[in-house]
Amino acid sequence: MSLTSKDVEGIAHLARLAISDAQLPDYADRLSKIFNFVEQLNGADVAAVEPMAHPLAGQTQRMRPDEIADSDRHETYQRNAARTEAGLYLVPKVIE
Amino acid sequence: MSPGPGPSNKDPSNIPMSELHHLTLAQLAAGLRARQFSSVEVTRHFLTRIERLNPQLNALITVTGERALAAAQAADRKLASGGAPTLTGLPLVHKDIFCTDGVLTTCASRMLSNFVAPYDATVVERLSQAGVISLGKANMDEFAMGSSNETSYYGPVRNPWDLKKVPGGSSGGSAAAVAARIAPAATGTDTGGSIRQPAALTSLTGLKPTYGRVSRFGIVAFASSLDQAGTLTYTAEDAALLMQAMAGFDPRDSTSVDEPVPDYSAALHQPLAGLKIGLLREFFERGLDEATAKLVRDALKVYESLGAKLIDVSLPNLPLSVPTYYVVAPAECSSNLSRFDGVRFGYRCENPVDLTDLYKRSRGEGFGAEVKRRIMTGTYVLSAGYYDAYYLRAQKVRRLITDDFARAFAGVDVLMGPTSPTPAFDIGAKVDDPITMYLNDIYTIGANLAGLPAMSIPCGFLGGLPVGLQIIGAHFAEAKLLNVAHAYQCESEWHTRMPRGYE
Repeated sequence: MSLTSKDVEGIAHLARLAISDAQLPDYADRLSKIFNFVEQLNGADVAAVEPMAHPLAGQTQRMRPDEIADSDRHETYQRNAARTEAGLYLVPKVIE
Repeated sequence: MSPGPGPSNKDPSNIPMSELHHLTLAQLAAGLRARQFSSVEVTRHFLTRIERLNPQLNALITVTGERALAAAQAADRKLASGGAPTLTGLPLVHKDIFCTDGVLTTCASRMLSNFVAPYDATVVERLSQAGVISLGKANMDEFAMGSSNETSYYGPVRNPWDLKKVPGGSSGGSAAAVAARIAPAATGTDTGGSIRQPAALTSLTGLKPTYGRVSRFGIVAFASSLDQAGTLTYTAEDAALLMQAMAGFDPRDSTSVDEPVPDYSAALHQPLAGLKIGLLREFFERGLDEATAKLVRDALKVYESLGAKLIDVSLPNLPLSVPTYYVVAPAECSSNLSRFDGVRFGYRCENPVDLTDLYKRSRGEGFGAEVKRRIMTGTYVLSAGYYDAYYLRAQKVRRLITDDFARAFAGVDVLMGPTSPTPAFDIGAKVDDPITMYLNDIYTIGANLAGLPAMSIPCGFLGGLPVGLQIIGAHFAEAKLLNVAHAYQCESEWHTRMPRGYE
């Protein structure tokens, strides 16, 4: 399988990654190598196999009680944000 | 506690103050308790070595000297008053993937180059409660994606055994720091071999516990069904000490397993007579450097002399572990790394024209090339039309591999083989071909896919470069692994060697 620069542009958009035009061929080349490599998996007989998402048998995602477990720390958390105002995160205008 | 075999063969009770870095954690703990030296003296000793030696290694991203000395003073007061926990006053470094409250936590990425964690990871919190002092944060591959520590935004880490060589990855800074004796131990994480492979390449003891044994809370997530935190130390005895504090149920990690934690140090001294060791045929067949294979076979002979039986084992689906991993891990990474959006934390691009531009440029500029490749690989294998062909198929092969391991453990106690196909390679040698780089993890990835605990211990040198023996156990068999590793370290001296220039 061989990806084109246009394919990579499409995948990069889905992943919300800006990739410059100059870099697209290199990504296309290396990603194609990766997809060719993983095509070995087509040789495995998996017809009757249950897909595995968790490495330990019988484990299920635990629920926790619906209780407040944390204090109000939004000021601490927002210190890592590039732009905030009045306790809100600022982003470019979304609605015209 | 009986201070066991250390990195030097000198009597630990007579060690000069200028050679505190020759001691294991167990020996340092015994010395602190005997008031032979203080935690401030130990901490200052390592900080001085960091200042002198880290510039040539690039093993640490952040050094927290003042905090460390303040903690050491508090530790000395606790040691003086008695009743202090076992690890009180012992320094280490944390891989920079663990959140540390009030301290820069970068994951070696431009994306998090300004991120000051607002809380401690459970591993950090538990070690700190047990008395451990953090000297700083270790360099790594960006977001733990790499096998050579060359993808770090902060530059490559150098291997103290040969500064032209990589230390392995992704916990390469942790490994280089401990190997160079600028820290007596380090934490690491292992998603596809990221503790074991660098341990092998730097002559250390690396332990990746069972999936769910150590909490993942506060560890920057890469691949959530594979990530597990562990240790890089000189000896299995030291790993047992740290694991005792790190392991255990954590309600804040929904995949943490509520399973009793055994006394790891007490289990070290079990005799190995009758131990059944499975030799992974697939590990010795494909792509293994012949000289590396010989050193591994020499180590197996030591086990035979201790009364262990060697049994040939075949895991027919194991050769598919690398391609399986390079579907599953990128899929999970693409999902986990979607949280980096330039809004709530992390790098944000200049002057975004709209929200999409903000997302795309913040991520495009904040992530390095390998991280972007993995995100795109994951995005592709999860996208409509390709999900079944790639992701679902890989999850099915993952089960085949896991079932192979389960069958093997029905007949043997542990599995053994090499950790890495070759010793450390030159910096720059493999960066241009992702597949060549990925194949470094050919022997380690299986344990991650199956969630099994595994170790690498030093078993010799080739041309001055270390070689590791890998030991894989059944789920929650960490105590057995540590026991098996300790027995070898009582019979061998490889783990006591120090790189030239760092003695």
